[in-house]
Amino acid sequence: MTTTTMDIAHDNDHHDDHGPQKGWRRWVYSNNHKDIGSMYLIFSLVMLILGGASAMAIRAELMYPGLQLLEPDLYNNIVTNHALVMVFGAVMPAAAGLANWMIPLMIGAPDMALPRMNNLSFWLLPAAAIMLVLSFIVPFFPGGGSQINTGWTLYPPLSLQVGMAMDFLIFTVHLLGVSSVLASINIIVTIFNMRAPSMTLWNMPIFVWTWLVTAFLLILILPVLAGGVTMLLFDRHLGTSFFDAAGGGDPVLFQHLFWFFGHPEVYVLLLPSIGVLSHIIPAFSYKPLFGRKSMIGAMILLASIGMVVWAHHQYTIGMSSAAVSYFMIGTILISIPVGLMKFNFIATMWRASMTFEAPMLFAISIVAMFVFGGLTGVMLAIVPADLQYQDTMFVVAHFHYVLMPGAVMALFAGVLYWLPKWTGNMYNEKLANWFFWTSLIGFNGTFFVQHFLGLAGMPRRIVDYPVQFTEFNFISSVAALIYGLSHILFLYLVIQTIRGKGTTKAKSRSWKGAKGLEWEVASPAPFHTWDSAPTVDAEGEIKQK
Amino acid sequence: MKKLATLLGLLLSFSSHAEYGLNFPDPVTDIGQEIYDVHMFTMWIATVALIIVFAIMLFALIKFRKSKGYKADQNFHKTWFGNWAWVLVPVMVLGVDFWIAGRAQSTLDKFWDAPKQNCAHENADAKHCFDMNIKVIGHQWWWEYEFPEHGVDFNGKFYPIKVESRPLEEEDASEGNYLRDVDNVLVIPVDTVIRYLNTSVDVLHAWWLPEFGFKRDAIPGYILETWATVRKEGIFRGQCAELCGTWHAKMPIVVKAVSKDEFKQWIESEKAKLLAELKDANSNKDWSKDELMVKGKKVYDTMCAGCHNVNGQGLGVAFPALKGSPIALGSANQHIDIVLNGKKTMPGWKHLSDVDLSAVITYERNAWGNNASVVKPADIKSAR
Repeated sequence: MTTTTMDIAHDNDHHDDHGPQKGWRRWVYSNNHKDIGSMYLIFSLVMLILGGASAMAIRAELMYPGLQLLEPDLYNNIVTNHALVMVFGAVMPAAAGLANWMIPLMIGAPDMALPRMNNLSFWLLPAAAIMLVLSFIVPFFPGGGSQINTGWTLYPPLSLQVGMAMDFLIFTVHLLGVSSVLASINIIVTIFNMRAPSMTLWNMPIFVWTWLVTAFLLILILPVLAGGVTMLLFDRHLGTSFFDAAGGGDPVLFQHLFWFFGHPEVYVLLLPSIGVLSHIIPAFSYKPLFGRKSMIGAMILLASIGMVVWAHHQYTIGMSSAAVSYFMIGTILISIPVGLMKFNFIATMWRASMTFEAPMLFAISIVAMFVFGGLTGVMLAIVPADLQYQDTMFVVAHFHYVLMPGAVMALFAGVLYWLPKWTGNMYNEKLANWFFWTSLIGFNGTFFVQHFLGLAGMPRRIVDYPVQFTEFNFISSVAALIYGLSHILFLYLVIQTIRGKGTTKAKSRSWKGAKGLEWEVASPAPFHTWDSAPTVDAEGEIKQK
Repeated sequence: MKKLATLLGLLLSFSSHAEYGLNFPDPVTDIGQEIYDVHMFTMWIATVALIIVFAIMLFALIKFRKSKGYKADQNFHKTWFGNWAWVLVPVMVLGVDFWIAGRAQSTLDKFWDAPKQNCAHENADAKHCFDMNIKVIGHQWWWEYEFPEHGVDFNGKFYPIKVESRPLEEEDASEGNYLRDVDNVLVIPVDTVIRYLNTSVDVLHAWWLPEFGFKRDAIPGYILETWATVRKEGIFRGQCAELCGTWHAKMPIVVKAVSKDEFKQWIESEKAKLLAELKDANSNKDWSKDELMVKGKKVYDTMCAGCHNVNGQGLGVAFPALKGSPIALGSANQHIDIVLNGKKTMPGWKHLSDVDLSAVITYERNAWGNNASVVKPADIKSAR
């Protein structure tokens, strides 16, 4: 307990037998939370490129009316894959990567509680990714059946018509589900059992809190999705009729099962990013987070309400007026916890002493764009108006405005914020600024105009559209190209920082205003940290002797 | 951020008419008008809220920066505001929430439940009744409409008027109504309360006309009700709004709203057409194989393809393939028996005419490479 942090860092530099295994064994057999965290992040980056390429294909096809590049089924196949790759391949693994890296560092634990399971939950992902890619390409082989043209919602009866590619997809979902549930169990066990003894739940870092809530959400919702797709599998091959009206089944049942998973899933994507912002904004405001406890309360409230409002995705299925009223009011109430979180971020910036490094630039723009996306969310919650918005480009614009800033950009911000800790090098600030501005302009150019398209009557998930929608689609496609290309800057930035050429060395506390235990260990963080638990004070900082 | 605010302002100022369509098209139904009003109401509140938040953020960004020498107030979160913001903010948000929800709920109460009774019925509530029904049936990838109250009596049976509305095969993507034209439009009367009954024979679809103000899914096994009174004559265009497979993008809806008199004329001409068809079908005419095949394909694609697939390859385990099936290639009598009386999940089709049945059976026996005997209307008659 009396060992100071510098000693720990110092200590490790001299014990090579504590270091990683050599060669490929280091990664395949890894039990180390930092290595597994890095693998999660690299996997996520690969998937992001794949998902981004599919987004580019979609926007290229939609640039002009008429069928230019893609056959309708291929288009629908790409739309399906874009969503699944981004949600399950890019955002969730990236958040899990941050969790792996940062949670033990932040709570003063030497590693995750269940390191071997940690290895398993990562290595299930490449297997799932291979299955997912197979589901995409198998229809192009002789006897491969038809392509998946259902969108990521996999609604029957359409999903019952699809060929064997759908079975690949169902097993992909199973694998991803197992991986996420295992990772969630690991995170919960770690947080409850491995915190430094002096760290209470109240003074635990907010990022750790968000992941605690997220992990519980995942364990509650993923089995429902797994059950739903398994019923689909039974309908397809074993002659059951869960979702088949001709056999006495109910096609709408699947929608309820899917969205019981699908809506909380949105908060699974958002919450870790809220956690990231809760660290970045105070660090560059040089003052503590405003409303720490209300932040924790808000995220628990958000997760709880979020579990019981799923049917707002299905206002057009003909529910009773009592049911739609309930789902409408429940959904509008989501604005309370979300509003409180955003308010706390803005209040943290109030009477602060802000500096504008790239993570902070991202954080500020995320708060602004998320408020906008949240307000269109309130509009969508209104049942009468949603009868127009439902399944239009307005919905596409809305959820990209919450998920892109709320999840993806916040993860970029988190990566930039903690890269110095991981690599020991400061990233190139000028390049990061370029990345920020190009992606900001590209993103808004792509999605802002889609609100107009939706209101004027363009449905989503269509491969071809009437000529009246040409202008805005063209703008959207051009901006999407800028947005897509901007990520090359990010890729370059990350590689440059890892290699450490042309960058400056990072201090152990890489940002002057940064608080938290992760900044007490050396940069780059040694292979083993917190061999003995630190003692923290009420603010969650190391207790100065 | 500021860009967003200005663009949203632009959206509002162009709200009704603009070249590119920035907002809902002008509604032509009472319900559509209500929905439009709620939409504008919420959007205004959202816009004002957005402007307030952006203004506060902008002020903070300009004022509280280190480069201006501003010192951070380390105790801001411990002031009375910091202690009570967690109550103040939710109360304010809740107030706005209830304002919006109250308005939305009152609109919802006005139209959510479709009328259940025909206005012609003596006990009907005059304020909440319908004048006529239209059944909307989704197919991959076209729409079928049925008028349950309008039709002809023939041989003691009632045949409703049906409209099969298929997309036109136009290819010129620069043309004005590209993807927006059908061969047969749905004709409806104005100033008439019409209840729409949506269903589907294959997968999920959604029937959506932006000018009407709402969309409603078409789900196999369900009948969903909506209702609307169109107040303006004209042609209104929409399209399927629920992903329904390959040609989802090419499933236009065209409705022509006409005066009540014009509608009556249209109904009469449709009735005459239907009657002629029925007479033709029930005459003792000797149908050739080619004629039966053409008619059979039409019946098959409408009635049978939902389960057995357009290409005759069936669907999953429950719906066997007809292509190469021993029944379709075997004895005609067994084939007729199954189609007439059904088997397990397959319903019987006795209600179809002899001509339709002989046509569809002939088609099943000779399409997709099948090659078996032709079945004539007389064979059906004797099998009944």
